[in-house]
Amino acid sequence: MTHSIVGAATAELAGPTWNLVVDVQRMLALHFMVNALRAGTAVAVVAAVVGWFMVMRQQSFVGHTLAVVSFPGAAVAIWIGVSVTLGFFAGSLGAALVIAAAPRTPIGRVRSQESALIGTVQAAALALGAIAVALYGGFLDNLTGLLFGSFLGVSDGQVIVLVVVSIGVLAAVCAMGRPLLFSSIDEAVADARGLPVRLLSAGFLIVLALTAAEVSQVTGALLVFALLVMPAAAAQQMTARPGLAIVLAIVIGVLVVWLALSAAFYSTWPVGFYVATFGFAAYVGAAAGRRAVDRWGTRRRGAPTLFSGQAKAVVPAC
Amino acid sequence: MLTASVWTEPFVWWAVLAGTAIALAAGLVGHVTVLRGQVFAGDALSHVAVTGSLAALAFGVDLRLGLYGGCVGFALLLAVLGGRQGADDTVIGSVFAWVLGLGALFLSLYASNGSGEATGGTAGVSVLFGSLLGLTGQQAVADAAVSLVAAGVMVVVARPLIFASLDPAVARAGGVPVRMLSALLFLLLGVIAAVATQAVGALLLLGLLAAPAGAAQRLVARPFAALWLSAGIAMASVWSGLIVSCLWPSIPASPAIIVAATTAYGLAWMASVRRGGPRTRIASASTGPVADDLVCPA
Repeated sequence: MTHSIVGAATAELAGPTWNLVVDVQRMLALHFMVNALRAGTAVAVVAAVVGWFMVMRQQSFVGHTLAVVSFPGAAVAIWIGVSVTLGFFAGSLGAALVIAAAPRTPIGRVRSQESALIGTVQAAALALGAIAVALYGGFLDNLTGLLFGSFLGVSDGQVIVLVVVSIGVLAAVCAMGRPLLFSSIDEAVADARGLPVRLLSAGFLIVLALTAAEVSQVTGALLVFALLVMPAAAAQQMTARPGLAIVLAIVIGVLVVWLALSAAFYSTWPVGFYVATFGFAAYVGAAAGRRAVDRWGTRRRGAPTLFSGQAKAVVPAC
Repeated sequence: MLTASVWTEPFVWWAVLAGTAIALAAGLVGHVTVLRGQVFAGDALSHVAVTGSLAALAFGVDLRLGLYGGCVGFALLLAVLGGRQGADDTVIGSVFAWVLGLGALFLSLYASNGSGEATGGTAGVSVLFGSLLGLTGQQAVADAAVSLVAAGVMVVVARPLIFASLDPAVARAGGVPVRMLSALLFLLLGVIAAVATQAVGALLLLGLLAAPAGAAQRLVARPFAALWLSAGIAMASVWSGLIVSCLWPSIPASPAIIVAATTAYGLAWMASVRRGGPRTRIASASTGPVADDLVCPA
């Protein structure tokens, strides 16, 4: 388990010196920490970009489902004896295809059937995972790793896979670029303008699935969501401008991962906890900051700041 | 394979008792949750249940305390955050992702304080995937009682709640306490998440909430008929899951139940596609068969 590795490292190194340069040098002297930082950075960048679109499209439930179903994929992969990485991707992609194939809710309606379908897909996949766990019966120790992550056990080969997939996903997002942004902000208008809304939506689901599967190899299936939703949500609170928001989300995501890895390195608590906590702190801070600026701005209509402009303004009214 | 002896074991009947009551409550509440498109809240609650249980294990208090405390507390938080227009997906997502992070912490605290990783793993598995066939008589009776109370409350508020879900503006104008009902729904969801975690497990209870309700709404037009059909499908899923698990003991009960519920959803889907679209229409309440069923209670 992760904390025992960290525990061993801490015992060896006897805590931080509070001299930042020395502390960072000590971390970078260990190969597994370097790998964790590389993998974490690759994952944080992709999660921030794709997560921002996910938040704009109000598809948090889908994002969470695609993240969670990577676990049964991995469980089945272990059970039948193929690569776990393959299992992560197969699980998420399979679920994305099922959800994308379903008929879409007409724009403007409550997405009730859609949410039932997503929930059912998630539960069904997890049930299959549970059956695989029961039938295999031998990897209970691995189970917590699959669910809560193994940041500190990332191999060189995995780092390469993660970086390649990250670049692929970012390229796909760039290729969909403006049409995806348009249809995320106002699907009805985008549809009326003749954009292939359905195709874009399916394409985005696949991108989201690849991202979720990638992130879950590092953070574990249950904690993917922290990296997907929190930096993006924090950035959305800070600015309504898409370009700036994506850059902010990337900065926040990468900082959260770096800080969390460092904190976990010098303590006995797990990385996942720090990722979620720092991410949540960023989100709460951003929300509080925006509220404060909004209040201050109504009294004194001054120059636009980072926080100015309604973050909600770009969300389609429904 | 089907030996008579399995059915004489008391634990099977405790499982049937608890499972049936939980399925009834989950089917009823799940229907309204699906109708409102709020399954994500159920998803969030099911993960909060993981953290609540792990916290109880880590601090050595009664599992139920952590479970109910976590779920009901989070449900109240959702009700407060919900405000006028219902809680934003992003807000729910951010909060519960952090709660899961806490769960990771509690798991590591629990695994490191003495009992070792093996115990942590086993306890974790039963929290995540449930152990319906492992309930004691006392637990089963308690679970059944809580579920029946939740189901009873649901039946009492079903009419105004469905009205408020289908057309909040008209319901509000008609004097229905829309906000209070939505808070009550979150509370019921929290209670059900806590009860169901002990039976089908935190990761699988979503299946009992979403699949039977989704299936029922694909089959039946009237929201109230769908309400009861949803409960019926949920209970049938529990029974067939238990039968499968008793026939083939290597297959655990909870996943078998969820597979049964999913199968029901898949069949209902195919039936509705052949007839052209789901039956329960989420249109304005002023047209079609929905309106016949909705007489304003005020």
